[in-house]
Amino acid sequence: MLPSTFEYVAPTSLDEALQALVAGAGDAKIMSGGQSLLPMMKLRLASPGTIIDLNGIAGLDTLEEVDGMLHIGALVRHGEIERSELIRDRYPMMRDASLHLADPLIRNRGTFCGSLAHGDPAGDWATVAATLGAEIHAVGPDGAVVHSAIDFQTSMFETQLGSDQILVEVRIPAPKPGQGSAYLKIERKVGDYAAAAVGVMIVVDGGTITEASIGLTNVGPLTIHAADAAASLVGKSIDDAAAFEEAGRLAMEISEPSSDLRGPEEYKRDLVRVLTKRALRTAGARAQGKEA
Amino acid sequence: MTAATESTVNGAIGQSPKRVEDDRFIRGMGNYVDDVQLPGMLHMAIYRSPFAHATINSIDTSRALAMPGVVACITGQDLVAHGLAWMPTLAGDTQAVLATDKVRFQGQEVVCVIAKTSYQAEDALEGIDVDYDPLPVIVDPKRALDADAPIIRSDLEGKTDNHIFTWESGDAEATDRVFAEADIVIKLDTLYPRIHPAPMETCGAVADYNKATGKMTIHLTSQAPHAHRTLFAMVAGLPEQKLRIISPDVGGGFGNKVPIYPGYVVATAASLLIGKPVKWVESRTENLMSTGFARDYHMEGELAATKDGKMLGLRANVLADHGAFNAQAQPSKWPAGFFNIATGSYDLQAAHCKVDGVYTNKAPGGIAYRCSFRVTEAAYLIERLVDNLAHETGIDAAELRKQNFIQPEQFPYKSPMGWEYDSGDYEKAMNIALELVGYEELRKEQAEKRAKGEVMGIGFSSFTEIVGAGMSKICDIAGLAMIDSAELRIHPTGKGVLKLGVQSQGQGHETTFAQIVANELGIPYTDIAVEHGDTDHTPYGLGTYASRSTPTGGAATAIVARKLREKARQIAAHLLECAPDDLEFDSGTFTVKGSPEKSKTIQECVFGAYQSDLPDDMEKGFEDVTYYDAPEMTYPFGTYICVVDIDKGTGQVKVRKFVAVDDCGTRINPMIVDGQIHGGLTQGFGTAMMELISFDEDGNCFGGNFMDYLIPTAVESPDWTLGECTTPSPHHPFGAKGVGESPTVGSPQAFVNAVVDALHPYGITNIDMPLSSHKVWKVLRDAGVTDE
Amino acid sequence: MSDKMIVKATVNGEECEALVEPRTLLVHMIRESLHLTGTHIGCDTTSCGACTVLLDGKPVKSCTILAVQANGREIATVEGLETAAGLSVVQEGFKEEHGLHCGYCTPGMMMTVTALLEENPDPTEDEIRKAISGNLCRCTGYVNIIKAVQYAAGKKEGAAA
Repeated sequence: MLPSTFEYVAPTSLDEALQALVAGAGDAKIMSGGQSLLPMMKLRLASPGTIIDLNGIAGLDTLEEVDGMLHIGALVRHGEIERSELIRDRYPMMRDASLHLADPLIRNRGTFCGSLAHGDPAGDWATVAATLGAEIHAVGPDGAVVHSAIDFQTSMFETQLGSDQILVEVRIPAPKPGQGSAYLKIERKVGDYAAAAVGVMIVVDGGTITEASIGLTNVGPLTIHAADAAASLVGKSIDDAAAFEEAGRLAMEISEPSSDLRGPEEYKRDLVRVLTKRALRTAGARAQGKEA
Repeated sequence: MTAATESTVNGAIGQSPKRVEDDRFIRGMGNYVDDVQLPGMLHMAIYRSPFAHATINSIDTSRALAMPGVVACITGQDLVAHGLAWMPTLAGDTQAVLATDKVRFQGQEVVCVIAKTSYQAEDALEGIDVDYDPLPVIVDPKRALDADAPIIRSDLEGKTDNHIFTWESGDAEATDRVFAEADIVIKLDTLYPRIHPAPMETCGAVADYNKATGKMTIHLTSQAPHAHRTLFAMVAGLPEQKLRIISPDVGGGFGNKVPIYPGYVVATAASLLIGKPVKWVESRTENLMSTGFARDYHMEGELAATKDGKMLGLRANVLADHGAFNAQAQPSKWPAGFFNIATGSYDLQAAHCKVDGVYTNKAPGGIAYRCSFRVTEAAYLIERLVDNLAHETGIDAAELRKQNFIQPEQFPYKSPMGWEYDSGDYEKAMNIALELVGYEELRKEQAEKRAKGEVMGIGFSSFTEIVGAGMSKICDIAGLAMIDSAELRIHPTGKGVLKLGVQSQGQGHETTFAQIVANELGIPYTDIAVEHGDTDHTPYGLGTYASRSTPTGGAATAIVARKLREKARQIAAHLLECAPDDLEFDSGTFTVKGSPEKSKTIQECVFGAYQSDLPDDMEKGFEDVTYYDAPEMTYPFGTYICVVDIDKGTGQVKVRKFVAVDDCGTRINPMIVDGQIHGGLTQGFGTAMMELISFDEDGNCFGGNFMDYLIPTAVESPDWTLGECTTPSPHHPFGAKGVGESPTVGSPQAFVNAVVDALHPYGITNIDMPLSSHKVWKVLRDAGVTDE
Repeated sequence: MSDKMIVKATVNGEECEALVEPRTLLVHMIRESLHLTGTHIGCDTTSCGACTVLLDGKPVKSCTILAVQANGREIATVEGLETAAGLSVVQEGFKEEHGLHCGYCTPGMMMTVTALLEENPDPTEDEIRKAISGNLCRCTGYVNIIKAVQYAAGKKEGAAA
């Protein structure tokens, strides 16, 4: 279980990295944390001809709010998000996800942006990014490109990121007043992918939900944005249990999980329903300033 | 048994000194097989079959041979010339070393590549071209017995089916009679699924052949280095005096490192042929897919009882899935191990069991994973049946057990399937456990919770073990009596070395066996160095598994120390000019009775043994060796109680509390005993909750890496509440019984019983392991239970 | 296309150099080039943590980092825990509380714990369980590992006071 040979490039600027990507002629892979790519290379499920290591490029480690947007640079590790006070105080869904993503050691190396670029429907960050309405900033030969997180994944392990582009930063809108969010994941043990996971974000004004967004992890070939379920909540009271139930049902309907060792389809669908309700309750409490 | 005297010597039995071996482990200075790096060493990798059953038409290694660094590719045909293409298994079958005619399970060894680096060896696997014709695959052992099933072992002359053996024990007629009289018969059809010991260190070997001396040294992940040397000598035709097996530090074994694997054999043959050291260390995937699995017992059990809960008889019918080769590790005369211990802790009138072994297209094995030879499956079956009887009769599960326990005055107790239990006090252990868990309060809480629709369960296991194999009259492996040995030499300065035939894989022998000497001779345990694992430097033994080290090697250590204590007594008498019988011995000092000022320390006696002034008929020196053949097995026991809460929404099972009261007889080092119990309980938890090796209908293996084969982390693992009970073994020299496997044998059924107890109101009488959330969820939803 | 490269890193406080292929995993450089065999390998899927080392002070799995990525960085392995002043409090805790059996996962586990106590000198049991959840142990059931961490935390606090 060892990787095959490849050429290793360690650029010190994005320009150099982009040149290496062109030189790699479609057979080069970008590596930041490498916590998904290297395991695939060890199993020889991936054998890129060139590895372009971003770790030597300065300025890709931003994790801060700037002008109403949270900026997350390409080299920000999961563990930095987990330990960030800013994230803990203002982006609870991200903190929830960070605590249940892979394991603590992988979190010290793997990156938020790398997880998105990997395009795995089991990736927790893809759901978080989509649910929070993130922008995905890349650079290519023609300069900067911005993708939307909601439809970023195009198929399993494929994204809108061009083969000549490098994902450099993700930007997430800062929370609005009355916003609450939560991420709930069922895993068989630490380090497992989700049997199902649900991220929810709601904005509450005077006890009424004015905005909602729901994302589902690993219950379909892509990260699922449960738009109908979210829409059904708008205008409802934050204490409306029937509305939560209905949102759970709608989220369940849009999920399309497949049976595997984590459980049969019908189990995963029901998990979506249950987790959606529970996540809504937590997000609701948080929106009202009560930690749940 | 001579009761262990209370000794004040440093490290005597009953004390918990810190472990001697830790000094190297905490510095990263352990020495495991993969740490062995020899000059000129080559690396081996194994090309394995992607198919579960297929004819091999041809094997082409030419591309691989042309790749950088590749020294050799070895195929089954190459081994035929040396008579090594097949090897005998511990169960009297044969196993392909490298496949010649066909492959019989996914992951089977087909070609070995030897290269200069491990990376080059791995690269070359992609240059192996094998042409296969896939054959129909059998993964279901029931299907294996169908008349039209394809024959997996077509290599065996005259073999026309997939049946391996039928083994029966007990009295079928007497059992029928008690069943005919019974008011109630509880039936249980259950699978103890295929799991894997998965020690953190995988298996491996470094074979180092010295052309000049003709000596073959094999650094091997071995729980039984002496037995392995003998088997290597038999299989490979190597002279045994030219074979040295060094089992250095072993990173966990749990039974996985008892068998001999094809990789060991080929690495050894390659070193012999090439004349250089060859290292093979398997990957985790190889470990999980191809080396000794455990369990895979399809069990149908029946328990007969009166309506007021008097248990009368047990019947068990088992289909044992042994995979493609019968390579299970059991004593030769016991094709289903000690499964007939299945009457457990209960005084039944009659019992009968029948076990059929079959071949399937799965990895071979059936090893005793932290278990004495199928006692785990046996304990599971009876304890599950008893809890179901409690549900059926409405009698409290603890009370029902107490009513049916073998009573203390019945020991030695002859079980209906023929075992003679040495000792026990089952109710005592049960009462301690009930007290620790707060049983009455828990049942009240459960009733209240049920009224509110919450799901909580309490499960029991009052297991009886059979360990210490043991007893050459019934136990051998490949004809070798299951004895064990100890050789003790005390140097003139009173410090010495103890050499053992058993081999630690983490049990702490370097500490506990020194403690036995400390106890017997009064020499501080820190003055005794313990050596093991090197066949050139230790006396013969059958190794460490089945909790046998303390019952056999520990007994040998006590006896050899006692022999030397008697010699010391003679020397002391000589020096003090008194009769030996006039001396008292306590904590390392001989004192003349009634004259406390006249005394000699053990160290003075030892020094005397190397001086000129000795009694005329006494040999000089202070050393001896003992080979111990146990008169009987030992029978540790205990009661475990598990409390679970179930999330109705997700089906997740949370173990709230787990109480384990073990009685393993005398405890040498209570700290280490507790550590063994913690570890075994966690393995039992893994078995019950998440571990599984499964297959699809094409024989593709699921559970071949740690992403699919789930072993618990610190987050899932429960906390354990331990209690203690001590009933010394009457026949062991210091009353010990062995403890390593009790928690893995005893605990899985406690988890399952707790979950079944929680779900019983919904009509459930069984859920097979692992207790995955989705299975629990299905029970709840089928019963109309929703999440709120 | 994959010529060997020189990696210069500070390992346990000493400057080290190794010549490796780009594909060489850090754990193999540590074990085979630097002969520091206390760092172990227990799986192929980045699941077990037996290979845990500190990279610039953070515990990571050295089986899932390229050796070349350690160029210019600081690595700490189990061999560096003991100093002239003696065993580290973590090493001491593991021995005192019987936090190991076979010793195979122990070096990786101790590296994770060393980093934990740097960041959180007084962790709760729950925090300890979570922090070591990337390191699998098959022998101990984790109970005494947790006690070992608590012992080390107590010792560390005592030394600081």
